[in-house]
Amino acid sequence: MAEEKEEQKQELEDVKQAIEGKEGKTERIEEEQYVYKQVRSIAFSVLSPKMIRKMASAKIVTPELYDKEGYPVDGGLMDIRLGVIDPGLRCKTCGSKLKECIGHFGYIELARPIIHVKFVNIILTLVKCTCRECGRILIPDNKLPKIKELLDTVEKESGVEERRQKVKEVIAGLKTVSKCPNCKAKQKKISMEKPTTFLEDEKRLSPIEIRARLEKIPDADCEIFGLKVPHVRPEWMVLTILPIPPVTMRPSITLESGERSEDDLTHKMGDIVRINQRLFENINAGAPEIIVEDLWDLLQYHVTTFFDNNIAQLPPARHRSGQPLKTLTERIKSKEGRIRHNLAGKRTNFSARTVISPDPMLELFEVGVPFAIANKLTVPERVNEWNIQYLKKFVENGPEKYPGANYIIRPDGKKKKITEETKEASLEELQPGYIVERHLMDGDVAVFNRQPSLHRMSMMCHRVKVLPGKTLRLNPAVCTPYNADFDGDEMNLHIPQTEEARAESEILMEVQTQLISLRYGLSIIGCTQDAISGNYSLTKDNSIKREDAIDLLSAVGITDFSGLPRKSVVTGKEIFSMLLPDDFNYSGHSRLCDRSKDRCDKETHVVIENGRLVSGVMDRNSLGEESGLMLRNIHQKYGKDHSIDMLGKIFRLGIEYLFRAGFTSALSDTDLPEQARLKIKEDLDNAKNNVDKLIAQFREGSLEAFPGKTLQETLELRILEVLNKARNETGKVVANYADKRTHTMVMAESGARGNLLNLAQMAACVGQQAMRGKRIEKGFERRTLSHFRKADLSPEARGFITNGFKNGLTPAEFFFGSMTGRDSLMDTALRTPKSGYLYRRLANAMQDLKVEYDNTVRDASKKIIQFDYGEDGIDVSKSENGFINVSRVIETV
Amino acid sequence: MADIISEYEDMLPPKIIEGIRNNIPKGISDTKLKKIMEAVHLEYKNARVTPGEAVGLIAAESIGEPGTQMTLNTFHFAGVAEMNVTLGLPRIIEILDGRKELDNPMMEIYLKKPYASGKNINDLKNLALQIKETKLRDIATEFTINIADFTIDVKLDREKMKALELTNGKVIDAISKQIKGHNIKDNKESLTLKARSKEDTFNDAYKTKEKIKAVTIKGIKGVSQVLPVKREDEFIIITAGSNLADVLQLEEVDAYRTTTNNIFEIEQVLGIEAARQAIINEIFKVIESQGLNVDVRHIMLVADTMCVSGTLKGITRYGVVSEKSSVLARASFETPIKHIINAALVGEVDNLNSVVENVMVNQPVPIGTGLPSLTVKPAKEKEK
Repeated sequence: MAEEKEEQKQELEDVKQAIEGKEGKTERIEEEQYVYKQVRSIAFSVLSPKMIRKMASAKIVTPELYDKEGYPVDGGLMDIRLGVIDPGLRCKTCGSKLKECIGHFGYIELARPIIHVKFVNIILTLVKCTCRECGRILIPDNKLPKIKELLDTVEKESGVEERRQKVKEVIAGLKTVSKCPNCKAKQKKISMEKPTTFLEDEKRLSPIEIRARLEKIPDADCEIFGLKVPHVRPEWMVLTILPIPPVTMRPSITLESGERSEDDLTHKMGDIVRINQRLFENINAGAPEIIVEDLWDLLQYHVTTFFDNNIAQLPPARHRSGQPLKTLTERIKSKEGRIRHNLAGKRTNFSARTVISPDPMLELFEVGVPFAIANKLTVPERVNEWNIQYLKKFVENGPEKYPGANYIIRPDGKKKKITEETKEASLEELQPGYIVERHLMDGDVAVFNRQPSLHRMSMMCHRVKVLPGKTLRLNPAVCTPYNADFDGDEMNLHIPQTEEARAESEILMEVQTQLISLRYGLSIIGCTQDAISGNYSLTKDNSIKREDAIDLLSAVGITDFSGLPRKSVVTGKEIFSMLLPDDFNYSGHSRLCDRSKDRCDKETHVVIENGRLVSGVMDRNSLGEESGLMLRNIHQKYGKDHSIDMLGKIFRLGIEYLFRAGFTSALSDTDLPEQARLKIKEDLDNAKNNVDKLIAQFREGSLEAFPGKTLQETLELRILEVLNKARNETGKVVANYADKRTHTMVMAESGARGNLLNLAQMAACVGQQAMRGKRIEKGFERRTLSHFRKADLSPEARGFITNGFKNGLTPAEFFFGSMTGRDSLMDTALRTPKSGYLYRRLANAMQDLKVEYDNTVRDASKKIIQFDYGEDGIDVSKSENGFINVSRVIETV
Repeated sequence: MADIISEYEDMLPPKIIEGIRNNIPKGISDTKLKKIMEAVHLEYKNARVTPGEAVGLIAAESIGEPGTQMTLNTFHFAGVAEMNVTLGLPRIIEILDGRKELDNPMMEIYLKKPYASGKNINDLKNLALQIKETKLRDIATEFTINIADFTIDVKLDREKMKALELTNGKVIDAISKQIKGHNIKDNKESLTLKARSKEDTFNDAYKTKEKIKAVTIKGIKGVSQVLPVKREDEFIIITAGSNLADVLQLEEVDAYRTTTNNIFEIEQVLGIEAARQAIINEIFKVIESQGLNVDVRHIMLVADTMCVSGTLKGITRYGVVSEKSSVLARASFETPIKHIINAALVGEVDNLNSVVENVMVNQPVPIGTGLPSLTVKPAKEKEK
């Protein structure tokens, strides 16, 4: 395993050097700061013993690490020829200091060959399928071409592993297992005892023998097994020499007590070297075979666990504390491993994270940044003749006073911290070519993000607005794309540091550019909550005094009131129309529209003519996110900047209106007249009687079963039907009798929050609590709670809640409510990781599909997935809910 | 008029052309129509995807993100009969895994004319019973083993057999076809099985006893429940359990519209293009039932990635991901060690064509704005 990993690094270096060499010949780059190099490819292969020796810069012979002075021992595992991890020391191989030296490999000469665990399966296949005498594959030469062809197709379809499997099958099918077709030698049965022991007719095969056999396999036969010879020779899979990774990849840490604590890998390699030395000594001293064998096995164990400490048949090697060692495989594998944690995941500087809070007075594309953060995050600005005065001011202010600067960078790349003391000197020094890292200021570009980043809208570019306070602030309208709320959510802020990064963030990631969801082609940012209630109340039969209207509009940010009708009292619709562009036409449904009819009522149908809201009300269908074409059409016609500005104004209009009109929900919102209460009681009693009748029928046996159902199931279904009907009836009663002017109703009708069902649950009846689509059945033996009779099938014993939330629930009802509540909590808790994994798989499988210049969709290997994206080449985020609205185009022409 | 529209047939997708045909007012002048066509064409051009767009990731986001909002529950059919249907997230996972065995396989069998109208309900019911799988255990009342000579007695339920129009002979035929090596004696009310080989032990007899319980006597293998349902104007049969190949053989079945929710089966019977469409339909059905809004184009792309190779591949480490050309991309997903070892054995070269590898080596990714590969060679600074 080490080999691949190391090989990968090695190759990387090789490629880099190769490219460097090429560049070097043609043109030397003057400025050292820029490196125009690119990794073009990375090749993988197995390290040969020759290669290991070649790339090693030290031979390790002693398990000791340091001498008495604490200096690394020559030939020890911390040999300074392998790189340096202590400040002050210089690497003996390359002469560079700590952090400059990338480390160098070493090697150990193994006293006896050792099998590499990661290759045992391939070794087994090879030994099984080749002749023990001549090393040829056990397939007659005349059949080879045909079989090769077959194997190639197998490999193409299902991969190399299948190919090896097939080789075994073919040989088993040829019945040549017992006699070599080439040299006629008799073959013996080979088996493997996991993890690393090979047996031939129950007799143990030593790694020496195995290696000898692997050596005999001719190159041509290796190819049949899918081994490409220059990259791998079978005998390399049995190690005679072990590469020692550089110290830089296994640094020791110095504890507070001054004690050194070595890395797990160093520990493991210490074991290997120690046992290896003992094995050498014993062999040289001519020790009895048993002792040598035992040591050999021990060495095998250590080398095996060095590669992988999680082999099923082996006890994992442990620390003295009992915690298993983290060796090579564990370092690479899994989420916390090298690949996913360090290589595919990157970390940044110039970022901040705190709690978020709402501020509707910010523009949608702004983010409020507290001073404390603005003082720490910086933007580099290069000094030139024209801005030197401007930048000097920042240096003058220093790091404490806002807006100041924290660092200046000299043209040679040296970074200098500005402090109160060095301020003057820095100021003197400053000249064109320097870079000043000034504090964050209003208008700077910042990337704002909330995890989980499931969307590209989870990371958008905002403009900084430095504000007092300790939280990051955002306009509540952009909560939807981030899926944020303010119950303690935290968000991250990143400051792009280069011109390219800033340009890219601005052009591709700014909030304006993300208005239309690329999932369904409608506006994803819209009014929420109070903004909807406000606009709904305003546009619904409302008139306001002209002065108040002007006050309202100026609070929103309107300065030109010439469009407002010259009346002493203006309607809400007229006020709202002030925000619309003059040539905007739109027609759509509001939530109150009865869509079953061909034509909606004039009152409810939303009609905008020449920028004037003629009829209808503004509710979630028109203003909300994920719904309605109004915002989409505005975006289509007037562009992103205009629509985001308008959206901000509409949002503010809604809440400003509520500020003035007042808005609250009270307990009295759920009050019902006596008549309604009686009606509800009657409905519920009726339902109960019906259920009782059904139960009686069931007990008598006169209930007729549905086809394919048992009697019991039928009863349950019938009862559920009756109870659901009853609850719906009560809902209707509530809807009919409840006061439409209450703010709870306003919220429900406008779609801002809640619905009629919620109101009915508060005012009248909560209804049946269902688990897995059935009434509650679990709990005690044949009953749900101990205060019901056994086999009680009545509604109240099976989770029907007759009371409303206002009346209060009985203890039993409350308990049933909690049951379903817990069930749904569990559902969410179990769903998150499942959908997360699904998402990861999807993203991984499809991340490199892109539209090519010829409009085809292709993957990384240029294989065509689609000839035209989505069969018509339309980008969802540029469409209207996935379509091109032909009728709108026709109207406008 | 038709000429002007057909002029644009190559430039606009058929759906838009159709939309124009349906929407233009009658008696429109040619010049106006021309103008409309121009405007639509411009709109269409503006709405096209930009080259370099990472459509794959967008599709993944568009399906992955609403995944968090879906339910985990399997629901039952509302209304009369109860039949389990996998819905929500588990169903999406099932489809994208490319599973061969589903949790709740189901078919919708459309029928040819006389049956579909449902005029003769009895015919329909009979047909449904024809389709439903009847196992020996469904028509038998008792299975006993005679310990003396290891024979198995199966007592038959006359009434049930009558309802299913079965005779002893048919039952014997069915058993002998599926269980080999036994002589079956017909004793009218019961059947006796005797093993032909004499070495049979009690254990063997017991095993056969268990085996014959599951022998299919009648109907289509795998169809465990049938339910005739009225859908719009016609009657269809919904089944639990799925066996498309056998159902399509039935004469009464309308093979053009009959479907199953088992995509693997569709691929086997109807081919990969049908499977692709089935994936799109099934995913769309789930997303719609959850009240979510995801554009079909995203689903199409997922279905296409699953089907490009010609066989159905799941979005798993054994399916689509294992087909990737880059070692590092595969390794960064799951089982990295396995991939790196195999790459070393074949001497694979990773050409850094896709996204993750480039992230790993800290290079711009070849997608979107990273696609144009222009390099600027800095001019040498002029000497003073």
